[in-house]
Amino acid sequence: MALKKQKFVYDFEKPVVELENKISEMKEYALSTGVELTDDIKRLERKAKQLRKEIYSNLTRWDRVKLARHPERPYSLDYIERMCSYFEELHGDRKFADDKAIVAGLAQIDDYSVVIVGQQKGRDTKAKLHRNFGMPNPEGYRKALRIMQLAEKFNKPIITLIDTPGAYPGIGAEERGQAEAIARNLFEMSHFTVPIINVVIGEGASGGALGIGVGDRILMMDNGWYSVISPEGCAAILWRDSGHAPDAAEAMKVAANDLKNLNIVDEIIQEPEGGAHQDADKAAEIVKKTIIKHLNELLKIPVEQRIEKRIEKFSKMGAWKEK
Amino acid sequence: MDWFKRKKNSLQPAQKKDMPDGLWIKCDSCAEIIYRKELEKKYYVCPKCDHHFRIGYETYIDILCDEGSFKEFNKNLLSDDPLEFKDSKRYSEKYKATVKKTGLNEAVITGSATVDKQPVIMAIMDFRFLGGSMGSVVGEKISRAADKALELKQPLIILSSSGGARMHEGILSLMQLAKTSAKLARLARHNVPYISILTNPTTGGTTASYAMLGDVHIAEPGALIGFAGPRVIKQTIGQDLPPGFQRSEFVLDHGFIDFIAHRHELKRRLSHVIQFFLHQNEAS
Ligand SMILES: [Zn+2]
Repeated sequence: MALKKQKFVYDFEKPVVELENKISEMKEYALSTGVELTDDIKRLERKAKQLRKEIYSNLTRWDRVKLARHPERPYSLDYIERMCSYFEELHGDRKFADDKAIVAGLAQIDDYSVVIVGQQKGRDTKAKLHRNFGMPNPEGYRKALRIMQLAEKFNKPIITLIDTPGAYPGIGAEERGQAEAIARNLFEMSHFTVPIINVVIGEGASGGALGIGVGDRILMMDNGWYSVISPEGCAAILWRDSGHAPDAAEAMKVAANDLKNLNIVDEIIQEPEGGAHQDADKAAEIVKKTIIKHLNELLKIPVEQRIEKRIEKFSKMGAWKEK
Repeated sequence: MDWFKRKKNSLQPAQKKDMPDGLWIKCDSCAEIIYRKELEKKYYVCPKCDHHFRIGYETYIDILCDEGSFKEFNKNLLSDDPLEFKDSKRYSEKYKATVKKTGLNEAVITGSATVDKQPVIMAIMDFRFLGGSMGSVVGEKISRAADKALELKQPLIILSSSGGARMHEGILSLMQLAKTSAKLARLARHNVPYISILTNPTTGGTTASYAMLGDVHIAEPGALIGFAGPRVIKQTIGQDLPPGFQRSEFVLDHGFIDFIAHRHELKRRLSHVIQFFLHQNEAS
């Protein structure tokens, strides 16, 4: 596996990234001087692999949150361009504006024509502002709904890619009904006749994530996080200090494994070793394969049954006891 | 059309205490010192400035339901602390202490009742219970209430008073938004009326699900209604918020509330909306 040179490195990634850098230096050195280092390189590569395995099997939930926010992590459009042989982005909610924090359009994945909707973050400062840091306004949710209704009308499955630090908390967002826009999507998505697959590819913060997150299958990448509020937000309220975000991440159980255990997530999508940011092509390939598998299963279920199952799935969510 | 001429319900004083003890109460809004008995008689609306005090579910039952008609459902449903959540103290202990202190089992009370003799299914949230937060039990009780409304083809009324989803149940709280919205969508498909009443405050996940999905939205005056809390918005945008921001009147102006009803008019106006939906036109 050819690793690209990672620019942004978290502390917990450091030992392995440093070792890998050393290996590539040795390779270059060997190549330019003709000195025989093959055995040493092989030994170090084995060591790096082992180290990576150790680090990544012992990540805390907060480490996962950081990986979900890794600045080099693939975003919705990175997946779309790798998974789809055709994608035509459609713009605007036909009411107010085109929200750049949500992308949506017509797509082809293998033999399936589908509609894809996803939150979109920006890579550099300019793109981040353009995408509003992946925080949609109401018109974003309404655009998503409009294009999902196209899918419904023309009988195309819906794929949603979830990656947002939350719905935007702004004056305009409130004036234009952020809450209503999200609620409306939950209401409509619960009853679409076409199959819906939701994939948490990065951050799943609260109602802002759920606003495109109701479906027949909820898939989640193993370094994603998904909860009712961001760890920082929870810490600021319950600990009165957002510095306690790592504690909040633990307490709220925000990792993919947790959600699988709580029967929210249907399948965890294993990322390439070291995280999706190590190899976007491979990550997209795995996501695509998983989506196709679930799509095949869903298309075999009769429509009415599929809707009933979807409602049933959400009806079961929660934990209570009767005294 | 005789049902439009129905008489106003005479006010009946609430018997139970929702407010701090003491003979006199100071109005949060105009600072007027009010005799408690007088405030009770006015259903906790300030006689001087019309400020609507926050009240508990039992006062809303007195206000909205015909006397003695409310029959509670699922009162023994309790949270199971699925995450074994702990901040400075355990959620399970906080929960028990809240049950003991408030005498409530959860942040919503559901049941059947009549409103001017019309049978309805009613859910009333109560802010005293962990800020009216929505966790699994709130979601489940609302869902069962919606199922009951569908089964009996009776109008559903949900009165919200809630700071949003309950953090202590993490993702399970969030999923209650989807669950309740799905139930309401099913109700809507069967043309069973659902009326949402928004009181102070209705924010976060509660607003982003059932509170904003009514056939008709009625708000009490001056209630805080929104998605994000004002403090979060102020922090994000780094500027002061306009006066009246996210209050009922503001939300009405922006098109997300159908009308604002004074607490003394709430039953009459709710009752007429129900009658309107249930009335069958016949050729004369
Ligand atoms: Zn007053």
